[in-house]
Amino acid sequence: MEQFLQQVINGISLGSIYALIALGYTMVYGIIKLINFAHCDVYMIGAYVGYFCMRNFNMGFLPSLLMAMVVCTTVGVLIEKIAYKPLRNATRIAALITAIGVSLFLEYGTMFFVKATVRTYPPMTGFMAKSFKVGNTVITMQQVIIAAVTVILMVLLQFIVKKTRIGKAMRAVSQDKDAAELMGINVDATISFTFAIGSALAGAAGILVGVYYNSINPLMGILPGLKAFVAAVFGGIGLIPGAMIGGYIIGATEVFVAGYGRSMYKDAVVFAILILILLVKPSGLLGRDKKEKV
Amino acid sequence: MAMLEVKNINVHFGVIHALKDVSFTVNEGEIVTLIGANGAGKTTTLRTISGLKKPTSGSILLEGKDITNSSARERVSMGISHVPEGRHVFPDMTVLENLQLGAYLRKDKQGIARDLKMVYERFPVLEERKKQAAGTLSGGEQQMLAIGRALMSRPRLLFLDEPSLGLAPLLVQEIFDIIKNINNEGTTILLVEQNASMALKIANRAYVMETGSIVLSGTGAELMRSDEIRKAYLGG
Repeated sequence: MEQFLQQVINGISLGSIYALIALGYTMVYGIIKLINFAHCDVYMIGAYVGYFCMRNFNMGFLPSLLMAMVVCTTVGVLIEKIAYKPLRNATRIAALITAIGVSLFLEYGTMFFVKATVRTYPPMTGFMAKSFKVGNTVITMQQVIIAAVTVILMVLLQFIVKKTRIGKAMRAVSQDKDAAELMGINVDATISFTFAIGSALAGAAGILVGVYYNSINPLMGILPGLKAFVAAVFGGIGLIPGAMIGGYIIGATEVFVAGYGRSMYKDAVVFAILILILLVKPSGLLGRDKKEKV
Repeated sequence: MAMLEVKNINVHFGVIHALKDVSFTVNEGEIVTLIGANGAGKTTTLRTISGLKKPTSGSILLEGKDITNSSARERVSMGISHVPEGRHVFPDMTVLENLQLGAYLRKDKQGIARDLKMVYERFPVLEERKKQAAGTLSGGEQQMLAIGRALMSRPRLLFLDEPSLGLAPLLVQEIFDIIKNINNEGTTILLVEQNASMALKIANRAYVMETGSIVLSGTGAELMRSDEIRKAYLGG
């Protein structure tokens, strides 16, 4: 039982990170039907920005988090403007190949500047290093912070998407681009904004992972990126609540498989889930099959 | 001065020459209809005037002002509103959210509230279903929603593309009555229809399109009497 509770706590932490990354995949897919493979590298850049802020500039966690989000927002918007916007009317495969190219460019571009060596986040001190026990389950302050930051960002995201003018524009563009344009919505600006939000969330995930697991490297985004993508597909690609739920389920699954002594299989299980969902319900947990209406 | 003046527009889709030197005018207060067979270029004409498709040459003037290079967004703010073919409501948003998006560029909260009431009065079924997802409405209701949404931008010039498509005959009559009504209240209308007899009945003037060009024009009544039109579009 203790073991179980401990794994639940660990699962929430990892799941939060997957969920944050998955949101970016799903929102971008929802609005331009592109799997943005470079998204996982934006997350990596977030981790590095956090690292330099905390190690070289001695910034606290919160300012570093904000900085990572701001830098990633900029990177995400630039990627869209430079690489994807010129391909707006090209075939989907052209955009997809470009996304893979951007991903490799970011990975090896970053490697050029920061070297391929693994770097470690500064050890957490004071408040951040605390942990407490509930029964026999240990909860670290880092885990609390990961969960809290994730919940706050998700609530904020829901508010933006549901209540604000730009959020309505995002939903309109994702449902019908032509009709959105006829309403007077600036479709290009809305797409940029979607990349901005998704990248900010990835940036947050990057620094959270750095704080939690300590070590970062330029290729750190690849595997978590793939898993977050699996999470987005699992929940129903294009659906924001789907990415959240998918992230937590994939995170928990991975932690449980590892926690019960099958560490070797943790990645395999995640991808087995992907195969399973594609066979059983390709539209994902919350997705529904599109029906034509006349 | 004409409300809308289209001068020699040409549109290409790759190598396909979809519109060939299309010119016509719409005067303030009129209902003008474009009729013609499937693929004649009627929808492309509307999409070009509302800014969704760029013409390769030619010009479009709204009250004398050249809007050929304006974005769709700018044209909406200048008073053009377009109800696209197939309605294109936002399926996963509620009826109310759809209507609010129609007023996306407006800032006058009170005016929007007034117009929302006006739309509900015109289409009571939309008020009954305001919290329902638009995708769950019937075809006729979606058409009403699409028209209501277009009215929320307070257009001076309203484009309607095949509003009767796929609707039951009784509903078709209702939709045409509504169009007539909107026009009587001061909105100029450009109507694209395959249902030529209905369109000609309510139109002041009409243009006939064939394979990308305008081949005939006249008042609604004139064209109704024309043998050529009767044979080609009105079933003898």
